[in-house]
Amino acid sequence: MTYDKRFDGRAFDEMRPIEAKAGIIKRAHGSGWFKIGNTEAYAAVYGPREMFPRFMQNPEKGVLRVHYNMMPFSSAGERVRPGPSRRSKEISHVAQKALLPVVDLSEFSNAVVDVFIELPQTDAGTRCAGICAASIALADAGIPMKDMVCAISAGRVEDKMLVDLNYEEDSHENGVDIPIAMLHNSKKISLIQMDGELSSDDLKKAVEMVRNACDRIFEVQKQALKKKFDISD
Amino acid sequence: MMMYEELRNQVISLLSKQTRLDGRKPHEYREVKVETGVSKNAEGSAKVKIGDTEVIAGVKLEVMKPYPDQPDQGSMMVNVELYPMSSPEFETGPPDIFAIELARITDRAIRESKTLDTKKLCIEAGEKAWMVVIDVCTLNDAGNLYDAIYLAAMAAMKDAVFPAFDGVKLEYKNKTEEKLPLSRVPVSVTVFKYGDHILVDPTNEEEKAIDARLTVGVLENGNICSLQKGGDVAIVADDIFRMVDLAKQKSQELRKHL
Repeated sequence: MTYDKRFDGRAFDEMRPIEAKAGIIKRAHGSGWFKIGNTEAYAAVYGPREMFPRFMQNPEKGVLRVHYNMMPFSSAGERVRPGPSRRSKEISHVAQKALLPVVDLSEFSNAVVDVFIELPQTDAGTRCAGICAASIALADAGIPMKDMVCAISAGRVEDKMLVDLNYEEDSHENGVDIPIAMLHNSKKISLIQMDGELSSDDLKKAVEMVRNACDRIFEVQKQALKKKFDISD
Repeated sequence: MMMYEELRNQVISLLSKQTRLDGRKPHEYREVKVETGVSKNAEGSAKVKIGDTEVIAGVKLEVMKPYPDQPDQGSMMVNVELYPMSSPEFETGPPDIFAIELARITDRAIRESKTLDTKKLCIEAGEKAWMVVIDVCTLNDAGNLYDAIYLAAMAAMKDAVFPAFDGVKLEYKNKTEEKLPLSRVPVSVTVFKYGDHILVDPTNEEEKAIDARLTVGVLENGNICSLQKGGDVAIVADDIFRMVDLAKQKSQELRKHL
C-alpha cells in the first residue's frame, strides 16, 4: 500500500499550523499555551516553592515535577475519566525527563518546581504539544534555563515518512509514531518513544524531519515570550 | 477567620464608601466573556472569563442503561475539576469538598429548574438512554468560580449536539444537528456578605474574608430554583431576602451571555 496524499492534504514534511502564547494563566508564576492543528495544551509553572511531602525534598537542588492531564471532554471518543491513568502517569514521567536537562535548579535546595500540563482538545501529539507549552511556561516563570525544549512527532504511514501525525495518521494500522523532544541549541534529544516497525534509515529520516520542524517551533515559542515581555525584534 | 480580619475590615470600610479593592462598585461584575465551541471533540463546549477568572466546560454524551427507578429517563451529571494549574491553593488528587460543592451547586440549579427534559433523553425504555456529562475545568482562579463554572456549564449545554447513534453504534465523530432538549435558562448568581454589606463577583482576595455567601438559581420568570448558603457566619432571614433580590437583579445581566 502507498500513502500518496495525507488525510488532511499536507505535504509530508509539513506541520499543522502552530500558535503559542506566554503568561495566559495569571495565578501561575509562569504559563504557556501551545496549539498545533487541533491539539491544544496549557502549561502552568508554580515554584520554586516548598516541597511537600517533606521526605521528597532534595537538600542539594530543587526538584522538577510534571503533571500531564487530558480534560475529560478532550478526546475524540468517549469521555476520559478524571484522575491519573497508567498512560497519563507515564507521559508525566517522560515529559519530566524531557524538560529536566534544560532547567538549572541547583540554587533551590528543598524546593519544587511544579509544571501542570492540561489539554482541552486533542488530535494526537499531546505529549509534544504539552512539552512545548511547558518550555514556554518555565521560561515565563524565570526558572534558570540553559536551552528551550521543542517537541514534535515524526513517523511513517504505509510507505511514507512524515512529520506531525494527526489522530487519523497516528491510529493508522500500518503506521509508526515517534514523538521526539529536542533541545534547541544543542540539538540533543531528551525524549524519544516509538511504536510500530521501522528501518534504521527511516529513523534517521524521522530525526532529520524533527530537527527541521523544531527550528520552526522554537521561533514560535520565542515570539510568544517576546510578546509577553514586550520585546520587539 | 482571624487571619483575614484586617482584610475584612478593609473590604467593609471600602464597601461603606460604595467601592472595593479593585475600584468596582459593590454590585458590579468584572467583564464577562462567554465563547462556545472551544473544544472540537466535545459534544458541546464553552470557555467563560469573568475578569481574570477563566474556566472551560465540555459536554460528553454517553448511552447508558437507565436507572431502575427511572426506566424512561436519561440523566445528567456535573463534575468540577479544580486544576492545580489554576491556583497555588489547589492540589492534585481526587476532587476535594470545595470541588464537590461547586459541582453540586451547579448540578442543582440545572436539575431543579427541570430545564433538561430527561424523558426526551430516553432511547429505549429500561434499556438505553442518553447520559449528559458536563465537566467544568478551571484554568485560572481569580475569584467567583461559583458563577463562572455555572455559566460555562450552561453555555456548553446550550452548545451541545447529539452524536450519531443508530441504536447499536455511537459515532462520536459524526455529529448531528440536534440540540439537547432544554426548555428554560436558569442562571446562578452568588451573593457575598461582609458585615452589613453585600456584593457580587468577589476577587480571590475578597473571597478570603467573607462572612457568608448565598448561591441562588434564578429562572426567567424571577422564581428561584436552588439555594446554597456558605461561609462560617449565620445570617438573618432578611439578609437572605436581600441577597435573593440582588441575585435576581444580576441574573438578568448574566443571562444575556447565554
